Amino acid sequence: MGAEQQVLPKYKVATRSSHRTPNLLTHHLDWVTILLYFLLVAMGWMNIYAAVYSPDNIVNIFSMDINSGKQLLWIGLALILILVILIVDYKVYEHLAYPIYGGIILLLLVTLVIAKPIAGSRSWLDLGGGIRLQPAELAKFATALAVSKYLSSVNLRQQKFKDQMVLAAITFVPPIIIVLQNETGSALVFGAFILAFFREGMSPLILIIGSVAAAIFILTLLVPKLYLIIGVILLMGAAVWLDYRLMRRLKTMVAMLVLIVGMIFSVDYFVNDILQPHQQNRIKALINPEADPLGYGWNVTQSKIAIGSGGFWGKGFLEGTQTKFDFVPEQSTDFIFCTIGEEHGWIGSTVLLGLFVFLLIRIVSIAERQRSVFGRAYGYCVASIIFFHFLVNVGMTIGLAPVVGIPLPFFSYGGSSLWSFTILLFILIALDANRAKDLAR
Amino acid sequence: MKYLENRKYIIQGIFLLVGAVFALRLFYIQVVDSSYKQAAETNAIKTIIQYPFRGLIYDRNGQLLVQNTPVYDLMVVPKEVKQLDTLRLSNLLELPLDDVRERLKKARGFSYVQPSIFYQKLTTQDLAHIQDNLIDFPGFYINARTARGYPHQSLSHALGYIAEISPKQLEDSTYKGYRPGDYIGKSGIELEYEKYLMGKRGVKYKMVNVRGVEKGPFKEGAYDTLSIAGQNLVSTIDLDLQAYGEKLMNGAKGSIVAIEPATGEILAYISAPFYDPNLFTGKDYGKNYMQLLQDKDKTMFNRPIMADQNPPGSIFKLVQALIALEDGVITPKTQFACNKALVNCHPHPSPLDLYGAVQHSCNPWFFQAYRLLLNQNKSKNTFTDTSIGLKDWREQVLTFGFGQQLGIDIPGEKKGIIASPEMYDRVYGKNRWKYSTIYSLSIGQGELGVTPLQMANFMAIVANRGYYVTPHIIRSVGEDGKPLKEYQERHYTSVTPQHYEPIVAGMAEVVRAGTARRANLAKVGIEVCGKTGTAQNPQGADHAVFVAFAPKDNPKIAIAVYVEHGKWGGQSAAPIAGLMIEQYLTDTVTIKEQEKWVLSREYLNIKSK
Repeated sequence: MGAEQQVLPKYKVATRSSHRTPNLLTHHLDWVTILLYFLLVAMGWMNIYAAVYSPDNIVNIFSMDINSGKQLLWIGLALILILVILIVDYKVYEHLAYPIYGGIILLLLVTLVIAKPIAGSRSWLDLGGGIRLQPAELAKFATALAVSKYLSSVNLRQQKFKDQMVLAAITFVPPIIIVLQNETGSALVFGAFILAFFREGMSPLILIIGSVAAAIFILTLLVPKLYLIIGVILLMGAAVWLDYRLMRRLKTMVAMLVLIVGMIFSVDYFVNDILQPHQQNRIKALINPEADPLGYGWNVTQSKIAIGSGGFWGKGFLEGTQTKFDFVPEQSTDFIFCTIGEEHGWIGSTVLLGLFVFLLIRIVSIAERQRSVFGRAYGYCVASIIFFHFLVNVGMTIGLAPVVGIPLPFFSYGGSSLWSFTILLFILIALDANRAKDLAR
Repeated sequence: MKYLENRKYIIQGIFLLVGAVFALRLFYIQVVDSSYKQAAETNAIKTIIQYPFRGLIYDRNGQLLVQNTPVYDLMVVPKEVKQLDTLRLSNLLELPLDDVRERLKKARGFSYVQPSIFYQKLTTQDLAHIQDNLIDFPGFYINARTARGYPHQSLSHALGYIAEISPKQLEDSTYKGYRPGDYIGKSGIELEYEKYLMGKRGVKYKMVNVRGVEKGPFKEGAYDTLSIAGQNLVSTIDLDLQAYGEKLMNGAKGSIVAIEPATGEILAYISAPFYDPNLFTGKDYGKNYMQLLQDKDKTMFNRPIMADQNPPGSIFKLVQALIALEDGVITPKTQFACNKALVNCHPHPSPLDLYGAVQHSCNPWFFQAYRLLLNQNKSKNTFTDTSIGLKDWREQVLTFGFGQQLGIDIPGEKKGIIASPEMYDRVYGKNRWKYSTIYSLSIGQGELGVTPLQMANFMAIVANRGYYVTPHIIRSVGEDGKPLKEYQERHYTSVTPQHYEPIVAGMAEVVRAGTARRANLAKVGIEVCGKTGTAQNPQGADHAVFVAFAPKDNPKIAIAVYVEHGKWGGQSAAPIAGLMIEQYLTDTVTIKEQEKWVLSREYLNIKSK
């Protein structure tokens, strides 16, 4: 195949192949990304087995009685999905972006109405035969498609208020329904699109303001209000001292100060009076899990113990005690990273981190080589969503992020999440494989 | 557009930064900070201590003195406690509500997932009641272990007791390997022989899940060890004799120590008042202990080895005579008049030789003999001469085991007091005292302090005609039954054996026709040799002393009886000794009138002259 590529110029192949069934499996597929995908899925599967493994009741890894057996079934179904995605005409994704998005919104609403609550969440759709689907997972790729489609039709840099509002609506309608389903964790993921918007021309100010707001939010929980306000004033004073011209913007600075002080007080009010107790606890657990290691701090404390006990080399495959004996909750789903940390140590954890970072950077490169804005924007959406999951999921297990119940992409146990990420990623791979067919715009 | 394309570097940079921050954070918690590894161990590895069976203690005839009995602890696993009705639990255990909460807090503080003792030492009666209700208290369960039990309620002071190791002991490196909550010998034999009795604890490491459910051995049991039962002890005590002595001393205060002279084996060891050792095994241990510790009769005072503040009285005349004979300043024929101008005495024939002096306990006789002993004209200066004499005398007295620890295998032994030149130099000044200052030593008063054990040991010396074996209460440790090596050596006194005969003869007369006729066992054919004494007591009625051994030839038992406020050795202590001797040598008591007399306690009512 390498020889064929050398002989035939890419353009010719692309234009020719557009008239017949595209030979996708031999041409233009990004095998590096596919390899990373299978590596992560396989490692996830092994670690799901390790997480549910019990030395006094050893069950075969393929047994359908345990999560690893079921995950293998989900992986098998994911392979079929991949084939379907690659075979279907790539243009479908762009053309049908809005209908797919609309369908998913409808599904979310239906779910909200008819779903029976499971652990307080109305997000699971019972398909019968014990199979359940979480439409919130599917909303991620659907929203990514819709967002990309809209981005390809407007110019974000022109900063038309109406366009921005439409975009915001596309982005935030699904999470609002998801919050109503009581799946706040999944809803937070949609905030990740900010990275894609940034690439597509959004003012960096929003990113900076977002970061500053997040920093103030966390600092408000850590530092007494008075000290924080004094700190902000000193910082501003230092800025003026460094650059006297800032004095000309005194009004802006005072306005900023008022804004920040207002935020500090509202964060306090928000955390203590608006958030539900379990949400408050997640934030408190992040700030100081030792305050109540047996209550709200349990997950974080136990998760850190499991990972920390792994040491440099880890305890070895199936040798973990913390993850195996249920000290860590949700070991095969949200806290799967603990199994890696405990059994494979710092080395194993770092390899996994490396794989994810490599995958993310690769996706960005893929996005950048797309000829259509749609393809590029979609690529960034994929990277943003995976990155957000990675950031929060790994972050919470090592005490750097609040405990939010979202899975580690490709890794955590669960059909809905595996398929959702598979669809998300392979639509990008399909677009990428056909990128040459799009005329440069 | 180009500058927007450059934003990909910012985004990729964010990805790399997050990955690096995570890797660093992981390095910190996995490699740098070791506390997580410890936490993981306490989490998932349950250490199960296999307590060995503590060694038993038998008397010299194979009767059980100390055994192990089951006790029950109420355990709690805090994580499993659900919907706890603290009020009901407090009623069930008859504990104040606050106490229940406090205990629960303590258990949580120890471990959330591992069991800890909630309530210790339930009796069998409590157990039945509580166990029926326990089903309503998830997280609570009963754990059986063994505690000490004493089938005969005897020998409290010698046996000692075991209790939870104290925080102070835990810090002491001597007790390395003990853990909080472990039981350890606190006094008596239990303390002295702790290392043999305790055995060796075994440890099992089990993996447990978050609910405390065992999930199999850790590392296939590679680090597990088996427990090894403690070694049994065979005591030298004769339980029948001990129990009889306790019966005789019941209600009185004082000591009885009986020793087998040839071996130094202690046959009876009584400190009155005594207590039921079972008081220290139940859940009321603390309360009982404090009560006994504070009572006015000083029950916890281990009199036979600790009561060294009172002078021995007349029995010490025997020591003086022996040393005087050894030094050649008197012979058995030496006669002195009963000169009451020197020191007061009671009516008896005069003058007397040594035999008569012992028989009648003539004070002036010993005044004069002791003066010859101390003032041997080794110096022209009478002050210096007395000092030299007292120093030589003291050296010889120490060879009898006085003024020093004998080395009995019961902790807490006192040395006693034997007058020394330094002592008087301190009080009066050097060369400021002479015989007339210290003459009361001659009759066993003054600066002398002797424990009942030392008195009994002295009798063993006289019975052996010149030596003693360190008195001890444990004959053998473990299965082999061999007597302990530490107690084989004979300690000879400075006095040669031949000098003991006239003393023995005099002592026989004491019992036959002297002050101790109540100890006479002639009608069962046992010739008892003894000596009475009265220890002056500034706080009340004098203490009565009687020391004896029997039979006269080839003695089998040496005994010291000390009755506080017993006034006259012949009236209170002598009959007790006689009864003990007969009980030991013949297993029966024929001198019933003496037993009746002793048990009536009428000797306490005799008016002093």
